[in-house]
Amino acid sequence: MKLYMKYFSMHLKSQMQYKTSFLFTTLGQFLVAFATFISISFLFMRFDSVGGFSYEEVLICFAVMMMAFSSSELIGRGFDRFPVLLGNGAFDRVLVRPRNVVFQVLASQVDFSRLGRFVQAVAILIYALPRSGIDWTFGRVLTLILMIACGAFVFFVLFVVYAAFSFFTIEGLEFMNVLTDGGREHGRFPFSIYGDGVLRFLTYIVPLALVQYYPLLYLVGREDNVLYALTPLLAMLFAVPGYAFFRFGLNRYKSTGS
Amino acid sequence: MITLQNINKTFRVAKRGAGFARAAKALFSREYETVHALSDVSFSVQGGEMVGYIGPNGAGKSTTIKIMCGILTPDSGVCQINGRTPWKERVAHVREIGVVFGQRSQLWWDVPVMDSFELIRDIYKVNANTYQRNLDELVEILDLSEILKTPARSLSLGQRMRCEIVASLLHDPNILFLDEPTIGLDAVSKIAVRQFIKRLNKERGTTVLLTTHDMQDIEALTERIVLIGKGQILLDGSLAELKARSPEGANAEEMVAALYKEYEI
Repeated sequence: MKLYMKYFSMHLKSQMQYKTSFLFTTLGQFLVAFATFISISFLFMRFDSVGGFSYEEVLICFAVMMMAFSSSELIGRGFDRFPVLLGNGAFDRVLVRPRNVVFQVLASQVDFSRLGRFVQAVAILIYALPRSGIDWTFGRVLTLILMIACGAFVFFVLFVVYAAFSFFTIEGLEFMNVLTDGGREHGRFPFSIYGDGVLRFLTYIVPLALVQYYPLLYLVGREDNVLYALTPLLAMLFAVPGYAFFRFGLNRYKSTGS
Repeated sequence: MITLQNINKTFRVAKRGAGFARAAKALFSREYETVHALSDVSFSVQGGEMVGYIGPNGAGKSTTIKIMCGILTPDSGVCQINGRTPWKERVAHVREIGVVFGQRSQLWWDVPVMDSFELIRDIYKVNANTYQRNLDELVEILDLSEILKTPARSLSLGQRMRCEIVASLLHDPNILFLDEPTIGLDAVSKIAVRQFIKRLNKERGTTVLLTTHDMQDIEALTERIVLIGKGQILLDGSLAELKARSPEGANAEEMVAALYKEYEI
């Protein structure tokens, strides 16, 4: 952890070398997220609810997913940029250092410009939470925190899976973006609105619904079963196959070297 | 102490022709070609020895180095370095080796070199005294005191290479792999680097394995050369032996060129 903080401060120093670039990228991130917010608002000017969810509920959903995604990207960018690491040989350097490989890849990037999205998400939560009419109990606060924390974790595992794929091919990795960026973009609405097939996929295969749809039902008081609040913890099991796949890819890399 | 016995390594490379039609075809059926990167490579290096590992581009030098660093796993064969198999005990192994890839930097581009060194200290858990002693000594010999506060991006290639070497020695490795350490350097920097490697080997007894295309490196540094071509070890002997079998008055460059020709590599 101490070593991670060391890396962290190095990244901060590096990125602060280019303050203007940092400011504009952060602003850009903020604006892109803002545009999504506007589009949701316009939608709700015409309709009262989407798939049975109110404006405030959708905003909470949107903000939670964006917060999860941006914190995951903030620290997990090393995996997102992993093909570059492989391509320029920097990964070989990782392998000659006496530290855990996943740790080093994680520490290889911290992208502070992602704070732009994060700030946007915080602002929306501040707007939507008091208006949502949620009856705040300890359990509900905890549910909200779990959604964000476990959501960030699931996105992070998705980045690791993405990185693992790049051990095998550098082409056609775009399909993973359907899950990462797509998960964020489509996650602004509760996943149930996309139909049963999608919901099932996001429950059993890529457990994004476990950090979004199910706990949301509990959070807004549509479901009283406490299990719904705890599904985000279940989603963390996704790390097991995710990590195994990464190790598998790593072994293959070590035997093929490309 | 390094021992390699009958190391084999093959790569499967996708064949792909030029042009759209072939590219489209490659989408559906890929043809693979097996490339023998290393066949039956064996040699050993004693502790404190300095060895020049030479061969034309694509001969298998980097593959061998990568295997010795634990980056790659060979198909078959035995490799023991300091009593360990590199790819099986990666973490313990890499603690005791230093690696300089001449064409890739391990320094952080935008922060002072000193910060990179301190990060490396923490990565290897070098204790404060050892670190300070090593740093002071290396900085003095390589004449770097003035540039420690400079970010790597503002350094000249020669300065940067010297910093790279420091970075890979801070944890007291007993073996140093140098992959083209003098590539692109000017004459003054080359000489500085060579003198330093020599001194390191003499004073600390560090085992050095060096790949290079610069025959003056070889002449200045190593007594023993190992020649690899098309994945096979073709020659393993002293520079003096090589000189004896070469035409009179040939310089190192010409001797090696003659060798490449002789072995048709």
